[in-house]
Amino acid sequence: MLGKPHYTIFAVFLALIVPIKQGWAAGEAIDIPTQSWSFGGIFGQFDQAQLQRGFKFYKEVCATCHGLKFLSYRNLGQKGGPEFSEEQVKALAAEATVIDGPNDDGEMFERPGRPTDRFVSPFANDNEARVANGGALPPDLSVITKARGIPLGVPWYVEPFYWIRDIATAYQEHGANYLYALLVGYKEQAPDGVEMAEGMHYNDYFPGHQIAMPNPMSDDIVDYDDGTPQTVQQYAADVTAFLMWAAEPHLEERKRIGFRVMVYLLILTVLLYLAKKKLWSRIEH
Amino acid sequence: MAHQSTYQPKPGLDKWLDDRLPVMRMAHDTMLDFPTPRNLNYFWTFGGILTFCLMVQIITGIVLAMHYTPHVDMAFASVERIMRDVNWGWLLRYTHAVGASMFFVAVYIHMFRGMYYGSYKAPREVLWFLGVIILLLMMATAFMGYVLVWGQMSFWAATVITNLFSAVPFVGEPIVTWLWGGFAVDNPTLNRFFALHYLLPFALLGVVGLHIWALHVPGNNNPIGVDVKSKKDTLPFHPYYTLKDGFAIAVFALLFAMLVFYAPNYLNHADNYIEANPLQTPPHIVPEWYFLPFYAILRAVPDKFLGVVAMFGSILILFLLPWFDTSRVKSGTYRPLFKWFFVIFVFVCLGLGYLGAKPAEGGYLTMGRIFTTYYFLHFLVILPIIGLIETPKKLPNSISEAVLDDPPDSGGAQPSGAAASPEKRL
Ligand code: HEC
Ligand code: HEM
Repeated sequence: MLGKPHYTIFAVFLALIVPIKQGWAAGEAIDIPTQSWSFGGIFGQFDQAQLQRGFKFYKEVCATCHGLKFLSYRNLGQKGGPEFSEEQVKALAAEATVIDGPNDDGEMFERPGRPTDRFVSPFANDNEARVANGGALPPDLSVITKARGIPLGVPWYVEPFYWIRDIATAYQEHGANYLYALLVGYKEQAPDGVEMAEGMHYNDYFPGHQIAMPNPMSDDIVDYDDGTPQTVQQYAADVTAFLMWAAEPHLEERKRIGFRVMVYLLILTVLLYLAKKKLWSRIEH
Repeated sequence: MAHQSTYQPKPGLDKWLDDRLPVMRMAHDTMLDFPTPRNLNYFWTFGGILTFCLMVQIITGIVLAMHYTPHVDMAFASVERIMRDVNWGWLLRYTHAVGASMFFVAVYIHMFRGMYYGSYKAPREVLWFLGVIILLLMMATAFMGYVLVWGQMSFWAATVITNLFSAVPFVGEPIVTWLWGGFAVDNPTLNRFFALHYLLPFALLGVVGLHIWALHVPGNNNPIGVDVKSKKDTLPFHPYYTLKDGFAIAVFALLFAMLVFYAPNYLNHADNYIEANPLQTPPHIVPEWYFLPFYAILRAVPDKFLGVVAMFGSILILFLLPWFDTSRVKSGTYRPLFKWFFVIFVFVCLGLGYLGAKPAEGGYLTMGRIFTTYYFLHFLVILPIIGLIETPKKLPNSISEAVLDDPPDSGGAQPSGAAASPEKRL
């Protein structure tokens, strides 16, 4: 047992560390609201219709500036994704113009896209992209929902509980929450006293609040033919879900297989425990 | 081998081989019949768990290497291709990435176990040294593996860490140029990191072999820290500990699978999904979580070179641990004063990890300095002194006395404080 006098040692130590607090460092923490996503949690799966709408929105709005270079058109027909039909995928691919070659005459040529082609990026290179966007580079969106995090922003002594909660509930949607917040977070007018740089737009959730991307969202800019409301919030949710799928195309498979693996391991663990207990009950230890 | 071989080769091929190369005898003596203290608790299962981790890393790693391209223009894309187009590629990569973290979870628990139960003391010093070498190799391997992804954190961690060598007086700059194979972290750096990341795990495998050999000469330490005296104190490794380790590995695998399938990126830094860009420094460069305590120590020291010395020193000091600890009692269970300082030491290590993830400014920096100082004081001052002034509890005469008769004042053998459950009997 621990002797009483030694509590003093520990008390002194605790007195030293408890004052550690959040916000000792410069810089402002932005609170990003958590959304509920169909693909979140242990049984999370994508909503296929939502992915199709999200793709449509990406194609008609975001694709003017942002590429998806790690995706191929055929991915759009893949299981666990928007699951467009083979015909639709062919047609979607054919809308793109792919530069191929060299041909037998040694020349590069243009041809319509095929399902096996990678998504064609809107700009030939980063410099061209910058020139078209007032010097700012629109990032490729293939893995954007995994490339943005949200700091926890809780005191150190509760942080471990948040980790456990996040891992136990399979929370991996930081990036999606950020993206949604970014897309709905534009303000027409910067708050009083905020000096905006030339060509910048005010956004509640972008770090530093000044973003070079003009607000791409407004009601009714893309037609949904399934009667889904054409609001900024709906668009933002749909395109975010689509980009989550783009970043993690095997998410459904991963969670499905994961569940089976967990059940299998659980049974194995219980059996091993019982065997071990039986064996050891024969001897003193 | 420290114990008499009990291997009985079957007549015929078995006997023929045994006379020429007794590998089956060796396997039998180390893995089946090895006499093991009967009172080992679950903290002793981490050796088996670590072996499991190493196998997982090597197997997933070799298959990943078949699909990975170590070139600055293609590395990031090849990892994405593994994730998207290679059959089961996402599973391989996530297992390998999460596996590295699980490996460190296990190794840190394994080491704290050794520190609490005095497993580094005579006659196990060499065993302990080999363990520290394994830790160093693991760190080098994991660091270089992380660079292979060629994301922003990969690139900037590589830049920051290799740049540390520039602090070495006089020869610093040439060393860094030599490490890089150029004047910045670039393609030659990535290529050599890949070659070494493939090589070091096999070096690791060799050192693990020596580690196990060095274990089998003196045999296991145990929770009461009194060495095995008679056959009554031991049980054959198989089936007793094969089953117990097997159960522990299954529990560990459950946690592992939980991360791989449901939170594969939780321990990763989001910035590493942005391709490396030498022209754009991320706002906070943070290493992988398992390096954070050392990173905190590095940044706590105002002078760059001394910071590097402190960081490496914080690991190298472990080599001297057997001599800093002046107590002749091994197990912390019988050391009333040490026990408290052990709890504080674990806390300070975790605290350094927390601080390593925070920007090095304001109160975080002050705390980092206090904790860093404490870390070294623990070895240099606290351990030598408590060994001298503390009155240890009375030790049982033998493992069988402690276990078989279950003496009434076995309070000392019960768990306490944060170092709890070790002693729980099942
Ligand atoms: C007119 C061109 C344009 C359009 C259309 C556009 N973007 Fe952008 N986007 C940009 C530029 C330029 C940046 C870089 C902003 C900066 O660095 O300040 C950017 C940045 C971003 C970022 C990164 C923000 C960060 O945290 O760094 C995301 C995410 C993003 N855009 C998503 C979208 C989505 C989703 C759409 C479609 C709804 C879209 N964009 C439409 C030009 C555009
Ligand atoms: C001690 C064992 C090992 C450790 C601790 C380790 C650690 C790591 C780490 C931390 C990464 C980056 C993970 C990520 O974010 O993707 C990585 C990547 C990688 N490792 Fe290992 N590794 C080990 C063994 C091996 C072996 C034996 C091989 C090959 C023979 C290998 C091949 C690779 C490859 C190709 C990558 C890059 C692809 C990827 O990012 O997944 N590793 N390793």
